[in-house]
Amino acid sequence: MKLITAVVKPHRLDEIKEALQAFGIQGLTVTEASGYGRQRGHTEVYRGAEYTVDLVPKIRIEVLVEDSDAEELIEVVVKAARTGKIGDGKVWSVPVDTAVRVRTGERGPDAL
Amino acid sequence: MNGADTAFVLISAALVMLMTPGLAFFYGGMVRVKSALNMLMMSMSALAVVSVLWVLYGYSLTFGDDIGGGLLGNFDHIGLKGITADTLTGGKEGIPVFAFALFQLMFAVITPALMSGALADRVKFSSWTLFIALWVSVVYFPIAHWVWQSDGWLFKLGVIDFAGGTAVHINAGIGGLAAVLVVGKRIGFKKDPMRPHSLPLVVLGAGLLWFGWFGFNAGSALAANGTAAIMAFNTQIATAAAMIGWLAYERIRHGAFTTLGAASGAVAGLVAITPSGAAVNPFGALLIGVVAGAVCSWAVSLKYKLGYDDSLDVVGVHLVGGLIGTLLVGVLAINGVGGLSQLGKQAAGAFSVMAYSFVVTWILAKLVDKTIGFRASEDDETSGVDMAFHAESAYDFSALGGSPSGRSSVPADLAGAAKNKKVDA
Repeated sequence: MKLITAVVKPHRLDEIKEALQAFGIQGLTVTEASGYGRQRGHTEVYRGAEYTVDLVPKIRIEVLVEDSDAEELIEVVVKAARTGKIGDGKVWSVPVDTAVRVRTGERGPDAL
Repeated sequence: MNGADTAFVLISAALVMLMTPGLAFFYGGMVRVKSALNMLMMSMSALAVVSVLWVLYGYSLTFGDDIGGGLLGNFDHIGLKGITADTLTGGKEGIPVFAFALFQLMFAVITPALMSGALADRVKFSSWTLFIALWVSVVYFPIAHWVWQSDGWLFKLGVIDFAGGTAVHINAGIGGLAAVLVVGKRIGFKKDPMRPHSLPLVVLGAGLLWFGWFGFNAGSALAANGTAAIMAFNTQIATAAAMIGWLAYERIRHGAFTTLGAASGAVAGLVAITPSGAAVNPFGALLIGVVAGAVCSWAVSLKYKLGYDDSLDVVGVHLVGGLIGTLLVGVLAINGVGGLSQLGKQAAGAFSVMAYSFVVTWILAKLVDKTIGFRASEDDETSGVDMAFHAESAYDFSALGGSPSGRSSVPADLAGAAKNKKVDA
C-alpha cells in the first residue's frame, strides 16, 4: 500500500475530490495546512508597516491506495491540482506497512 | 426651557456614548487575537470609571465656578449638588443642566479610552483603571475647564476648540505618548508581526465612530441650530476627504488601497474637523480633511523611525489629526476670526495642553508603575492579556474546547435549573 499526500492550493479541493471519485477512491482525509515553497509568501501592508507573510494557506489531502494504483493516482491528483501558476504545491507517496479498518478489524487492501 | 435644544442634546449624548463601544471595536480589531477582549475592556472600563467620577466631582471640577486663574472648577457641585431637573443652562431659554452634564460626561469617557490604543497588549487591567481614574481627575477635568468653561483661561484667550480638538484629541494623543514612554515597548516590537486580527471589526468600529461623531460635533452647538447643521455637514465632508487623502498617500507610498487605511483616514478626518468644523465653510472642511488624511497616514510611520511603541497610533491619528484641525482653523476660519493672530492663539492652546498633559500624564504613569506596577508580566503579555486579566478568550475555533472544571458553583446551578425545567415540562 501507498500513502499519497498532496499539499495544494485550497481552491483546487473540489476538482481533486471529483477526480478521485471518478478514479474510484472511496475515502480521503483533508487537513488545513500552511507553508511555502520556492516562491515564499506575500507582502501585506497595515498602516504602512509591511509584513512578509511566509506561510500561505494550503490543504493537505491524504489517500491510501494499493501499490498498483499509486502512480496513476498521483497523475490524477497532479492534473486536478494544477493551475500552472506559482504555488501549485507538491504530491508524494510513501510506503505503508499496515492499514486497519477500525469498525471491522479488516487489514491490508481489504481495509481501504 | 428650549424643548428642541434639549431633545437634540439628549440624543447627541446618546450618539456620543455609542462612540466608546465603537472605539472599542475599532481598536479591538487592530490587536492580535490574544488581547482582543482586553482592548474592548479598556474602553468599556472608561464608561464605568469616568461616569462614577463625573458624579462625585468631575462635573464640578470641570464646569463649577472657577477657583481662580481659569485653571479649575470648584467643589460646589460635588455629587451634582444643587442641580435639579429644573436647573437650566443660560436662563429661561436654556437646556436642563442634566442634559448638558450627560453630554459632557460622554466626552470625559471617550478621551481616556482613546488613549488606551497606545498601550494595547501590555498593561495590567487593574492598573489601567486606576490610571484613568487619576488621569481624568488631574488632566482631563482641568483641561476641559480651561477650554470650555467660560472662565477657563484658554476660553478667555479666544482659542477655538469647538468640540474637543485640544481637550480630547491632542490631550489623549500626547497623554498616550507619555504613558507609552513610561510603560515601554511591546515584547517583539519591530520584530514580530503584529497584524490586526479582524479588519471587519475595525471597519465596524470606524463606522460607529463616524455615526456617533455627528452627536460629538453637532451636539457641541448645544442647540438645534445652524451651527449644529454646518458642523454636521462639515463632519461628513472632512471625513470623506480624509479617507481619500489617506488612501491616495498609501497607494503612492505602499502600492495598495488598504481597508485599515480607509478606516483610519475616516477617523483622522473626524479628529481634524472636531475643533474647526463650526468655523470653516465646507470647502475649508474638505481641505482640512484631505490634509489630515494624508499627513496622518505619513505620521503613523513615525513610531518606527523614532522608536516609541504607540501600538495603535494614538499619536499619529489623534495628536497629529488634532493639531492639524486646531492649527488650520487659524488659517481657514471664516467670519473674520481667521488670520495670524488666531493662528497664534490656536498654537498657544495646543501647545499648553500638550505641555501640561505630557508632563502630568508622565508623572501619573510613573506613579502607577512605581506603586502597583503598570505593566503586565512578561508571561502574561506573551500568552495574552485576555487570559491573564479576564480569564476569557475572544474566540473559540477549536472543536476540542475545555469542559467545565466543576470548581465553580455556577455550572452546577445551571445544571440544576435545566433539570427543574425538564420536570416542569
